[in-house]
Amino acid sequence: MKFGVVRFPGSCDETDALLACRRYADAEILWHGDRDLHGVDAVVVPGGFSYGDYLRVGAIARFSPVMEAVGELAASGGHVLGICNGFQVLCEAGLLPGALLPNAGRRFLCRQVDVEVVRADSPFTRMAAPGQILSIPVKHTTGRYYAPGEVLESMNAHGQIILRYAEGHNPNGSVGDVAGVSNEAGNVMGLMPHPEHAVDALTGSEDGGVIFESLASVAIAA
Amino acid sequence: MLIRPKEGILDPQGQAVERALPALGFTGVEEVRVGRVVELEIEDASLLDAMCQKLLANPLVEDYEIQLVDP
Amino acid sequence: MRASPHRELGLTDAEYELILQKLGRDPNGLELAVFSLMWSEHCAYKHSKKLLGRLPTEGPHLLMGPGENAGAVDIGDGMAIAFKVESHNHPSAVEPFQGAATGVGGILRDVFAVGARPIAVLDSLRFGELDSPRSLYLLDGAVSGIGHYGNSIGVPTVGGEVYFEAAYEQNCLVNAMCLGIARHERLTSSAAAGVGNLLVLMGARTGRDGIGGASVLASAELDAEDESKRPTVQIGDPFEEKRVMEACLELLDRSTLASLQDLGAAGLSSSSSEMASKGEVGLDIDVSAVPVREDDMEPFEIMISESQERMLAVVEPDRLAELEEVCERWEVRSSVIGSVTDTRRLRVLDGAELVGDMPVAALVDDCPLYDLEPAAPEAQIYPAPEAVLESEDPAWILPALLGSPNLASRRPLFEQYDSLVQSRTVRRPEQADAAVLQLYPESTGPGSPGIAVAIDGNGRRVACDPYTGTVEAVLECAANLACVGAEPLGLTNCLNFGNPEKPHVAWQLERSVAGMADALTELGVPVVGGNVSLYNESGGGPIYPTPVVAMVGAVPDTALAPGYGFAREGDAVALVAARGAQVSARGSELAKLAGEELPLGLTPIDVGAVREVIELVREGARSGALASAHDVAEGGLAVALAECAVAGGIGAIVGWDGDEDPVQLFGEGAGRFVVSGRTEAIEALGPLATRIGTVGGAALSIGPVDWEVAQLRGASEALAAAFA
Repeated sequence: MKFGVVRFPGSCDETDALLACRRYADAEILWHGDRDLHGVDAVVVPGGFSYGDYLRVGAIARFSPVMEAVGELAASGGHVLGICNGFQVLCEAGLLPGALLPNAGRRFLCRQVDVEVVRADSPFTRMAAPGQILSIPVKHTTGRYYAPGEVLESMNAHGQIILRYAEGHNPNGSVGDVAGVSNEAGNVMGLMPHPEHAVDALTGSEDGGVIFESLASVAIAA
Repeated sequence: MLIRPKEGILDPQGQAVERALPALGFTGVEEVRVGRVVELEIEDASLLDAMCQKLLANPLVEDYEIQLVDP
Repeated sequence: MRASPHRELGLTDAEYELILQKLGRDPNGLELAVFSLMWSEHCAYKHSKKLLGRLPTEGPHLLMGPGENAGAVDIGDGMAIAFKVESHNHPSAVEPFQGAATGVGGILRDVFAVGARPIAVLDSLRFGELDSPRSLYLLDGAVSGIGHYGNSIGVPTVGGEVYFEAAYEQNCLVNAMCLGIARHERLTSSAAAGVGNLLVLMGARTGRDGIGGASVLASAELDAEDESKRPTVQIGDPFEEKRVMEACLELLDRSTLASLQDLGAAGLSSSSSEMASKGEVGLDIDVSAVPVREDDMEPFEIMISESQERMLAVVEPDRLAELEEVCERWEVRSSVIGSVTDTRRLRVLDGAELVGDMPVAALVDDCPLYDLEPAAPEAQIYPAPEAVLESEDPAWILPALLGSPNLASRRPLFEQYDSLVQSRTVRRPEQADAAVLQLYPESTGPGSPGIAVAIDGNGRRVACDPYTGTVEAVLECAANLACVGAEPLGLTNCLNFGNPEKPHVAWQLERSVAGMADALTELGVPVVGGNVSLYNESGGGPIYPTPVVAMVGAVPDTALAPGYGFAREGDAVALVAARGAQVSARGSELAKLAGEELPLGLTPIDVGAVREVIELVREGARSGALASAHDVAEGGLAVALAECAVAGGIGAIVGWDGDEDPVQLFGEGAGRFVVSGRTEAIEALGPLATRIGTVGGAALSIGPVDWEVAQLRGASEALAAAFA
């Protein structure tokens, strides 16, 4: 099984995501200018400040050549995981519902938070238990999830809320404490917390590993 | 083009400005929204709406207003 | 030209005469501007160079010493850590966000200029008291600016310090440090070499940023008119710098470049002349080949502009195509702007026209150096702080100290920094006394070798005693490293002082450097490089003399590095103290709360004895025997114990036979540590360690007084209100 981790100009956490993926399967970097996904089984769109966050977070990155291929992969049922800036890019690209807005506190916030697994039968969380609490860091200025009322209702009805900040741990004012969502088909997911920074007890927690492990197991099973 | 957060969307920047103004002696200010301005020169103004929809604004959470300023 | 234009540019009449001599004629406008910057305090270190020669610069791990863009030490396995600290004080006082951001940008460039990939940033900040709206504005701006730049470029900010003293109200201090990692062979010098080689400018376009910044801002005291200096502040773009950094690191990996230099203070003029001086060559520069942001820029503006995110490289002609290919791939602008010559002159051309012609040696080496004329003041020159102490009861004092701006938790500040990117951070801010980074996050082998880094400065205590206060700052830094099991390999320093032409400031500077030299010699740690920022002074007088030091040390196994929080119920708590360690309230945080006059003179320190206890704690930490280790510094023993309890979320019962003499509880002095661990492990530390209590419970008790840990935590969160 092979992960592809996208690198945009301005990506910061792509190497960290690469290292995390490599704990569970093969992984390589996908250059933003390249439409070829090199046969990877799942794509990770990482954190950082693609294109300097210019205009709007993720607004420019979504138009890069690699994102066309990612869109096609998603349309055909392939798995795509967007982390932080990657989540923002996927929302801008229309691959996920909603949008990410500036944190309610207006500042960049880097903090370890508890996140609850709301849905444990998604490809991204199948190795976790429902209600399991994962300790994972967030680090962002623009992480407040927003979707209009009707959209949020529909998302709830279709089981698209995958992760939620535990009580008292919502760092940015996200509606409904939403931390991670999927599309209706369930093959694309975005989350603001950084699981790639929670795969090694040496640097904090290992709880984020379950997301990469889940994805790796799906592809192998397929 | 003037791009602003949609009404009803929490705008912490706008709120912060609204709180700060009275402290400087400016009273009677309400409904502050902070957005951004994109200025450009273009030959065909009919393209502007599509540009806003596609790139310059996020229609889900932002409103935009196009102002033509003749040279 | 107006009469005495040289004076307006900061040159003395005598210096101007010397320039006439060196040139053999009157300098034209461009040449005068270039000389004024190259001979400014900021670039030439006129008042400090002689003094800095006293600092030790040799050591067994040293790879690159002072004189290059950054210094470097060997950390084993053929790897090196390059690091340096620099100040950006004056620009930050004018525009704190951009001043601090570009300070980070500049120090990042210094590190990748020598071929090292930046892996961490730390900052040392000093402002006026927090009840001043201006100081709050500066603090907010500076922290946002550092966060903005470091977070955007993907380099974690892993540590730092902030202090608030009235003496910094008019002159804040923003010192930024960066460390980077490189294979030994990739460490690169900035000496231009190879007559006929091409000079290439990479990165951002050149605008009018910071024109005159070096001489106008950094070599003169700030006055009320500094609003008008606002146009000279540089604006940073971390996104541009990231691309420039990746392009440069790739070029160095491929050995494409003959040399590399970053552009900082005084822009092209200083970078090119320094490159030429080190290489003993000349440089021809054509300003018309420099990509500019504004149409009507004059040649002198192009030469002295401080536009950010630019690098200067020397490349052999047949490797130019390779350089351009790499730059294009990273979307970095590159332009050939000149060539290396054998003239030993810096010649500036505008197309075919020669518009400046100066001997390199005159610009770089022949700037007059001045002797300081130090004279110890007869009385303390700084006013006493405002008294806020409401009680002499330790029960009241401890929470008051914990909540004071100098001691409160910095969480609202460090949470604005990404401290995790690059996956190296093993000990995060406010987990341990030093930041701890693993070197090889990609390695899956056993063991996790790493480094520790801490930055420590001292203002008020150096104002009490410049010699002893500086010795303390150096020892505190080494002590912080010891607490995580690190042995210091090298030190970088930033000396922030007032106007050295005034005898009492000269005295502060001379005594401080003497203290630093003596302490480092005893510890066996060399200076790898650093920075001096003088003239931090305005109508209200000079800042506290503030030497800031940062040390990098090796940690054999980062997994064993203790934090400072108490870890386990039942662990023994011990005070580990140097033989003859002295404790005094003089110049302490307690004395500040009490509004006491600053004394002149602090108790001298037995540096050898402190060295011994530092080594003892380091070995204990390395062995994994210590569950926690914390240096006893500001606020004394009681504050250190409280910090251990709050960090660990668990209390302790500490015996106390002495009377509740606040001096014993809150007095300060070098060479003491609070550690915890299993009883046998503590006993194994030997006679310098005295057991004083046991970890456990929800309260910290010291003798008959106790405080709930929750109460102490609440007190320590005092800064949160300022950042709501």
